[in-house]
Amino acid sequence: MAEPGVVSARLALGWLIAGEWRAHPARFLLTALAIAVGVALGFAVHLINGSALASFDGAVRGVNGAADLAVRATSPLGFDERAYPRLSLAPGVADASPVVSLPAQANGARFTLLGLDAIRAAAVTPSLIGAQARGPDASTDALFDDDGLFLSRTTLAAAHAKTGDTITVAANGRRVRLRIIGLLPAVAEGQAIGVIDIAAAQESFGRLGRLDRLDLRLADAAAARAALPDLLPAGSVIASPDTVAQQGESLSRAYRVNLDMLALVALLTGGFLVYSAQSLSVARRLRAFALLRTLGLPRSGIVTAVAVEGLAIGLVGAGVGLAAGYGLASVALRWFGGDLGGGYFRGDAGLAFQPLAAAGFLGLGLAAALLGSILPARAAARAAPAAALKASGDPVDPRARVPWKPAVALLAAGGVAALLPPIAALPLFGFAGIALLLAGGIAGMPWLARRLLGPWARRNIASVPRLLAIRHLHGAPGAAATALCGMVASTALMIAMATMVTSFRGAVDEWLGEVLAADLYLRAEGGAGFDPATQARLAATPGVSALAFSRQLPLTIRADRAPLTLIARPLTGPSARLLVPVGRPIAVPPGAIAVWVSEPAQRLYGWNPGEAIRLPVAGNARFVVAGIWRDYARQAGAVVIDAAAYTRITGDATRDEAAATLAPGARADAVGRGMRARLPAGLRDAVSLAEPSTLRSFALDLFDRSFAVTYLLEAVAILVGLAGVAATISAQTVARSREFGMLRHLGVSKRQLTAMLAQEGALLGLVGAVAGVLLGGVVSQVLIHVVNPQSFNFTMETRVPVGTVLGVIAALVAAAAATAVIAGRRATAADAVLAVREDW
Amino acid sequence: MPLFLTAARLTAALAALSLAAAPVVAAAQATAAPRGYPVVRPGIAFRFPADHGAHPAYRTEWWYATGWLRTADGHDLGFQITFFRVRPKAGATPARSRFAPTQLMFAHAALSDPATGRLLHGERAARAGFGLAGARIGDADVTIRDWRLRRLPDGRFVVRAAAPGFTLDLTLRPTQPPLAQGLNGYSRKGARPAEASYYYSLPHLAVTGAVTRQGRRAPVTGQAWLDREWSSDYLAPGAAGWDWTGLNLDDGGALMAFRIRGKDGRTMWAGGSLRHPDGTIERFTPADVHFRPLGWWTSRATGARYPVAQELSVRLRAGIRRFRLTPLFAAQELDARGSGLPVYWEGAVRTQGGRGYLELTGYQAPLAM
Repeated sequence: MAEPGVVSARLALGWLIAGEWRAHPARFLLTALAIAVGVALGFAVHLINGSALASFDGAVRGVNGAADLAVRATSPLGFDERAYPRLSLAPGVADASPVVSLPAQANGARFTLLGLDAIRAAAVTPSLIGAQARGPDASTDALFDDDGLFLSRTTLAAAHAKTGDTITVAANGRRVRLRIIGLLPAVAEGQAIGVIDIAAAQESFGRLGRLDRLDLRLADAAAARAALPDLLPAGSVIASPDTVAQQGESLSRAYRVNLDMLALVALLTGGFLVYSAQSLSVARRLRAFALLRTLGLPRSGIVTAVAVEGLAIGLVGAGVGLAAGYGLASVALRWFGGDLGGGYFRGDAGLAFQPLAAAGFLGLGLAAALLGSILPARAAARAAPAAALKASGDPVDPRARVPWKPAVALLAAGGVAALLPPIAALPLFGFAGIALLLAGGIAGMPWLARRLLGPWARRNIASVPRLLAIRHLHGAPGAAATALCGMVASTALMIAMATMVTSFRGAVDEWLGEVLAADLYLRAEGGAGFDPATQARLAATPGVSALAFSRQLPLTIRADRAPLTLIARPLTGPSARLLVPVGRPIAVPPGAIAVWVSEPAQRLYGWNPGEAIRLPVAGNARFVVAGIWRDYARQAGAVVIDAAAYTRITGDATRDEAAATLAPGARADAVGRGMRARLPAGLRDAVSLAEPSTLRSFALDLFDRSFAVTYLLEAVAILVGLAGVAATISAQTVARSREFGMLRHLGVSKRQLTAMLAQEGALLGLVGAVAGVLLGGVVSQVLIHVVNPQSFNFTMETRVPVGTVLGVIAALVAAAAATAVIAGRRATAADAVLAVREDW
Repeated sequence: MPLFLTAARLTAALAALSLAAAPVVAAAQATAAPRGYPVVRPGIAFRFPADHGAHPAYRTEWWYATGWLRTADGHDLGFQITFFRVRPKAGATPARSRFAPTQLMFAHAALSDPATGRLLHGERAARAGFGLAGARIGDADVTIRDWRLRRLPDGRFVVRAAAPGFTLDLTLRPTQPPLAQGLNGYSRKGARPAEASYYYSLPHLAVTGAVTRQGRRAPVTGQAWLDREWSSDYLAPGAAGWDWTGLNLDDGGALMAFRIRGKDGRTMWAGGSLRHPDGTIERFTPADVHFRPLGWWTSRATGARYPVAQELSVRLRAGIRRFRLTPLFAAQELDARGSGLPVYWEGAVRTQGGRGYLELTGYQAPLAM
C-alpha cells in the first residue's frame, strides 16, 4: 500500500527541485558555468594541440614527400654523396632519390629549398615534382636549367612573386638569382617548399659532394631495414616518416600534456564548485528531504534526485563548454599560433573538430558535476529524517573531533607518487601526486579550520561581531570546509603555478646574465657563415679586445628525436666562462675530445661525466663527457666541443656566431658598425648584431610568450575560485536569515551584523588563503622538482613569488568579506520579526 | 627507325616528370638547329665497334630492339626493348656537380602475348652518373640500374630488363653486317638537310634467351631487329606523328620504311630501304614509299584509332612491291602517360614472307607540342 505514497513523494520531490531552480536560477547557471569553463579550457587546449601536431606532421610529410624510408644527414654538414649508388642498389630498395635540403629565404619568405633529381623524385617522392607553367616562356628549353625554381603556392605568395619572376634566393650563405618556372601542385597549402635541380643546388649553394637526404622507395621493407644499417655513410641515420613526425611530437609532448593537465585542473576546480554549491543547496533543503523521506521516498530517491540535478548542470555546462572551447581554440590559434606561444611549431594550423575528444570532455564535465552532486546528496540521505526535520543546522557536531587521518593518508600518498619516475617521459605520477595532495589538502580543511580558529575561539573577545563570527566558523566546521574546498583547490594550484613560473623565469634570467657575458654578439643568418679570412678581419676591428667565434649546428642523435645542438667554441681563454657548469668537471683522457653536455642532453641521452659517447659528426673521433652545463635555451639538448677540435675533425672552419669583448671605452654601436663594414658585401645583410641587453629581453619575451597560455589558464583558475567563494558565501549567508533575525531580537544592531559577516568572510578567506598557499607551496615543489625536470629536463631552484602570494591572500580575504557583506545586506534587509517567523 | 622517340616519347616522358612542357627535343622544331650540338651531315662512314657505343655530343641517341620470340611449346611473342640517351643541354659551363644532368638515360621494354591479347611494359629513367646509369663510348653498353644492353667481344648483344610482370633475358646474335640507312648512314627526316640522323640497322638478329613471367622462366628463340640512331635535330615543324616498320624477310632480305605525317594527315616525308638477300641495297626516296590503311582498331582505353593493318607499297627497280602488314593482335597500344610516355601503338606484325614491327604514333593526339 506504499505505492501511492512513494508516487506522491516523488511528485513532491520533482516540485521541490523545480522550485529550487525557479527560485535560484542564477546559482544553477553559475554552477553550470563553472563546469563550462573547465570543459571549454580543456577542450580548447586539446583541439589546439591536435591541430598544431597535425599541421606539423603535415609540414614534415610535405618536405619529405612521403618516402617509404630516408637516410638523413645527422647535421647540416650532410653526408658523402658517394654513398648514393651503394644505398640505391641495397637489397630491398626499389629506387632512391638523392636530396639536398637547405633552409632558404627569398623576398622575406622562409622555405625549405630542396635540390632534387626530378627523375628519381618522380619515382620516390612524386609530390615534390613541379609543374611547369605554360606560357611564352615555356617554349624555351628550361629542362634541367640551373636557375629554374619551383615553388609551393604558399611560398610563392609569401615571396610576393609570380611564375616567370626571377628572385634572389639566399641559402647556405649564398645568394643566387633563380627563375620561378612553375608550381609544386602536389604540395599542400601552407607548406613552404622550393625545388631546384640537385646539381644546381650543389653548385650554386656550395654543397658539392654532399647530400642531406636520400629518400628511398622500398621493394622489400624487411630486407632494406636489415641491409641499410651496414651501408650508411658517416653522419647519417635511417629515418621513416614516423620517426620524423615523432621528433616534433616528442619535443612538444611534455608541453602539450602539461597544458592539458592545467586545463583539467580548471575542470577539477569546477567540480569542487559544483560540490560546494550542491552541498549548500542540499543542506538548505535538508528538512524538505526529511519530510519526503517520512512520506515514503527511499534514501536512494534523494540521491537520484540530486544526481539528476547534477546531470542537468553537467549537460548544460559541458555543452556550453564544448562550444566555447571550439570558439576559444579558433581564436587562440589565430592569436597565439598552433603551439600556444610555446615556439614548437611554425606556420598556421587548421582547426579540426575532434569528436572523440569532445565526447571525452563531455564525459569529464558530466562526471565532475555528477560527483559534485552525489557526494553531498549521499550525506544528506544518511541523516535521520526525524533529526533533520527538527533543525537545519550543521550536521557535524562541533564538539566531535574532526578526523585528520584521511587527509594525512592522501597527502602521504601524494608525496610518494611524486617521487616515482616518469612514464614514457611524461610525469604522470607527478600529476597524480598533485591530485592526491590537493585531495588531501581539501580533506584536511575542517581540521585545519578548527586548528587555526581554535585559539581565537577560546579567547575572550570583547567585540560582539568578531566573537559571533569566530564562534560561528568554529562551531560549524562542515559549512566552513564546504565553502573553503573550492577556494583552497584553486588557490593552491594558482600559487603552485605562480611559484613554478617565477622560479623558472628567475632561473632563466639569472642564467642569461651569466651566459651573455660578452659585450656584442654577431650572428650570420640563413646558413651564412664567417670564413677564416672574414673571422680575422672582424677580430681586427678597432675597439674589439677579444672575439670568440662559434659554430652551432643541429645534430641528429636518434632519428625519432629532435636534433640536439652541437656548439663548437673556444673552450680556452675568456669565453670558457660562458658555460654555467653543473657539478664538477672531470679530466678527459688524452686523445679524446672533451664534450660539455647540457643538462637536457644529459637527461635525454643519459650522458654522464667521464662517459665516452658517440657523436655522429665526421669520422671516428672519441668523445668523452667532461662535464654538465646548465642550458635553458635548447630543450632538445646541446653539446659543446672546442672549436679547434671541431675544425680538426670536420674540416669545417666556418663559424656562424661571434661574441665580442670590447676594449675599455669602446662603444658597442660604433664597434658594431665597424664590424659590419668589414664583412664581405654578400654577408652584410645576413649578419645580425645584438647587445646582450637586447638578447636578454628577447629571450625573456620569448619565455613569457611561451607561458602566456599558462598565465591565462591560471587567471581563469583564480576567477573560478573567486566566483566559487562568492557563490558559496552568499548562499550560506542568505540561508541564515532566521539566525540574523534572532540576533536582531537579541539586540544585535544591523551594523554589528554587517561587521560580523565581514569578519566571518574575511576569516574564511584568510583560512582558505593560508591553507591554499601552504598546499600550493607543496604542489609547487612537485612541479619544480618532478614535473619540470621530467617534462622539459630543466632543473631550477625555488623562488617564491611573494607579491603574488600576498596579492592572492588579500584578494581572497577581500572577496570573501565583500561577498558576505553584500549577501548579508539582502539577508538582513527583511524585517527581523518576519525573519524569525518565517517557517515553512 | 623509330624516330617516334625523338619528339614524342622523350617529350612526354619529361613532361610527365613535369620538368618541361617544352621537351628536350622540342627545340628541334625551331627553324635553326639547336646551338652547341653537332649537326648531322652526309659523308661519314660508320666505324665499328665504336659506333655501337654512345655519341654523347649529339642530342639524342637510341638502341632500339624489336623482334619475334617463340617459346619451347611454339607460342609466338613480340618484344621491344629500347634505351635512349639524351643530352639536354649543350655548351653549358663544365659542371662540377656529379649530379649535373649532362646525359639522361631512358629505357622501355614491352612484351606482346597473343595468348592474353595484352601488352605488358615497364620503363626506367635516370640521369647518367654514379655508375647507376650511362652509355659507354667505344662499344655498346648502356645501363639504367638493373637494366642493361651491352655488346660482348664476340659481337653478340646481351639484354636484360625486369619490368612489372615480365623479365627479358635475351642474347641477340648478328647474322648479317650492319645496314647503313639513308645515304651511307645519313638519313634525312625532313625537307631541310639538317633534319636528319645517323642511322644503321642490324636486321636478322638471332635471339636466344628466356622470358620470365609470374616467376616462370621460359626459354625462347627468335629473330630481332636493332636500330641505332643518333641526331641533334630532325623533326620537321608541323609533324603530327609517323608510321614506321622494320621487317625481317624470310629470304634474308631486310625492309625498313617510314613516313612522317603532318597535322593535316598527309605524308610530309618518307623513306626507307630494302637490302636483298645478296646484299644489294635499294634506297627509297619520299615518292617511293606509300602506306595505305587496311584495317583500323579503336582503343577503348584512350579512344585513339590506329591503322593497325596497312598495305606498304615500295617502288623497287623491279617495280612496285606491296607488303600487307597484319598485327599479331590488335591491342598493342601503350598508354604509359602515367609513367611519362605517350600513347602509341608498337606491335609485332606479319607480312607475306616476313615478320617485323610496326610503330604508329600521333594518333591519340599530335605529338607536336
